[in-house]
Amino acid sequence: QFVIVMSDERGERIPLTIADWDAKRGSVTSIFMLVGTSTQKLSLLKAGDDLPVYVGPLGRPSDIQNFGTVVCAGGCFGIAAIYPIARALKKAGNRVLTLIDVKASYLFYWEDKLKKVSDRLFVSARDSRYDSKEYIPYKLDSLLKEEKKVDRVVAIGCTYLMYRCAEATRPAGVKTIVSLNPIMVDGTGMCGACRVTADGKTKFACVDGPDFDGHTIDWPELFARRKSYFDDEVKSLCAFERERFS
Amino acid sequence: MKIPRQKMPEREPEKRNRDFGEVNKGLEVEAAVLEARRCWDCANPGCVSGCPVSIDIPSFIKLIEKRDLVASIRKIKETNSLPAICGRVCPQETQCEIVCNLRKATGVPVAIGNLERFISDFERREGQVFLPEIPPSTGSRVAVIGAGPAGLTVAGELAKKGHRVTIFEALHIAGGVLVYGIPEFRLPKAILKAEVDYLQKLGVELRMSFVVGKTATLEDLKRDGYDAFFIGTGAGLPNFMRIPGENLVGVYSANEYLTRVNLMRAYEFPVYDTPVVRGKRAAVIGGGNVAMDSVRTAKRLGAELAAIIYRRSRQEMPARDEEVKHAEEEGIEFHLLTTPLRYFGDDKGRVKAMECLRMELGEPDSSGRRKPVPIPGSEFITQVDLVVVAIGQSPNPLIAQTTPELRVGKWGNLEVDWKTMATGIPGVFAGGDIVRGGATVILAMGDGRLAAAEMDRYLKNGQR
Repeated sequence: QFVIVMSDERGERIPLTIADWDAKRGSVTSIFMLVGTSTQKLSLLKAGDDLPVYVGPLGRPSDIQNFGTVVCAGGCFGIAAIYPIARALKKAGNRVLTLIDVKASYLFYWEDKLKKVSDRLFVSARDSRYDSKEYIPYKLDSLLKEEKKVDRVVAIGCTYLMYRCAEATRPAGVKTIVSLNPIMVDGTGMCGACRVTADGKTKFACVDGPDFDGHTIDWPELFARRKSYFDDEVKSLCAFERERFS
Repeated sequence: MKIPRQKMPEREPEKRNRDFGEVNKGLEVEAAVLEARRCWDCANPGCVSGCPVSIDIPSFIKLIEKRDLVASIRKIKETNSLPAICGRVCPQETQCEIVCNLRKATGVPVAIGNLERFISDFERREGQVFLPEIPPSTGSRVAVIGAGPAGLTVAGELAKKGHRVTIFEALHIAGGVLVYGIPEFRLPKAILKAEVDYLQKLGVELRMSFVVGKTATLEDLKRDGYDAFFIGTGAGLPNFMRIPGENLVGVYSANEYLTRVNLMRAYEFPVYDTPVVRGKRAAVIGGGNVAMDSVRTAKRLGAELAAIIYRRSRQEMPARDEEVKHAEEEGIEFHLLTTPLRYFGDDKGRVKAMECLRMELGEPDSSGRRKPVPIPGSEFITQVDLVVVAIGQSPNPLIAQTTPELRVGKWGNLEVDWKTMATGIPGVFAGGDIVRGGATVILAMGDGRLAAAEMDRYLKNGQR
């Protein structure tokens, strides 16, 4: 599940995954990657600052059962999102194999936490610090051959990573759950900004998802819709940096 | 002496269609007094029965005539907590003004809506908002779910009766459709804010960014000690036509388009962070008020061509006459008896054209409106780079999904006893679009007023 966050009064509403929580403290943890104006603004907040909007939990909870052997594949900001799922799957009695992919090793975090909830942890990065430079879908592919039986794959990361993981498992027909990341506004099902085509039908990722069967998704449509505001995003970031540094 | 109906001054179409400033300027005092003199102060006023919240219309109008403006606004507020809003967005021509006895005699009703607006604007300008006397606390706690017109009305009415009211709202600004749907040029946000501030002065507590059904369920709230509930979560689920190309970039639901522009202030991008597609050729599908708001918004955001695509004729259009007139003045094109068949995209997945089909009117259907029938072979293609689908909304399913005991009708609406607005669950009431489907602001307020009276009775009978 996820939350919708607004960084300041003039900000936009953006979705972030709930990565961890502590019921005793009443706290929720989200991890974000610096990619544009809103995440820049969030990164400038200090402990004790307030957010004007932090609403959730939204979306449907992930489907957790004892499936057998589950591969959890995550990349970049998806590392945080994969953690609570791997933990829940482990607790439900699954054998959990975790694959993590990062552009550079300094982008990897939560290694200890992931180790604790994984039977095997495999990390690949484009630089040389980890075992492999291989892009994770290839590793997924070889793992499917190496393992006797993989019952389910869960992939969370950038759209391209999820698309490639879904394509890697398609020939073997291994059920692959992806946690989609389309553009959202309200996050409660009232606008359809986040609509995706799954199994030929239009679904709202914020209420019907964000988890879907990766083999049923219209990926080209999702890629196009995610790029809807590319020029505006650049313009917004330029305006923000001008304001901040001038 | 015969006084003509006083005209509402408006900003010029060619200027107003470039910004988001309010179109109507409101009556001046002298015009308002003149207009008030037109009212006959009937012994048996039709207008009151036409008003869903039963405002004592002749009394407040006669107080304007006597220039006792303070007494006039107090009179309105006896039955309506949100007059600045009603005076602007109610379809008076089908409510109070259609049953005005002066209209029956002469064809031209008293401008009741304009006078209501005048008097509430007077109060706000004077800065002395009158607060009614609130009885001592009853000790009962009420949860109102949804801060739209229905919920705000319930909250105001119950606070005035001494109950402790908390409104739970999913978005970060109160108002529901008044804040995300109706644009600034029809209802300035500062006016809405003043009305919400008034409710807070009455003691109503607001809990924003709280999604009942997700952040907590109705059951959770019951355990927290709430004695009665009002569900006013509206019809926020946008309908699409399910035609090819509807998921192309640049095709919006009206809800998304208007939420970006109104709630998130995308018209001030990049000062505000939320972007919106600014089309040069904009098509809005539909013929209701939401379609008019969308198409006039597209024009203001720089569309050279902004058009309504509607499958019936002008006569069947559900939008208010005033909105259609304003749209026409602002240069909006109307393509009537036309329906879209599909959208075409470019290599980046952005909408670039649409195929439409012409219709003609056939026999009346079950709703009494003449059914549009396609004309074979009349298909044509036109260039568009922005499409807004404004063909209606369905009731929001979130609460019903997490409260299985609620009875849900065929269209996803909650079922209530229309005499009391009570759902099947003791102490849980509902009203507005969640029970009606997409209706009007004032009907939602009417439901809220009725529900509040019943909830007050329920709480005082000590059924809990």
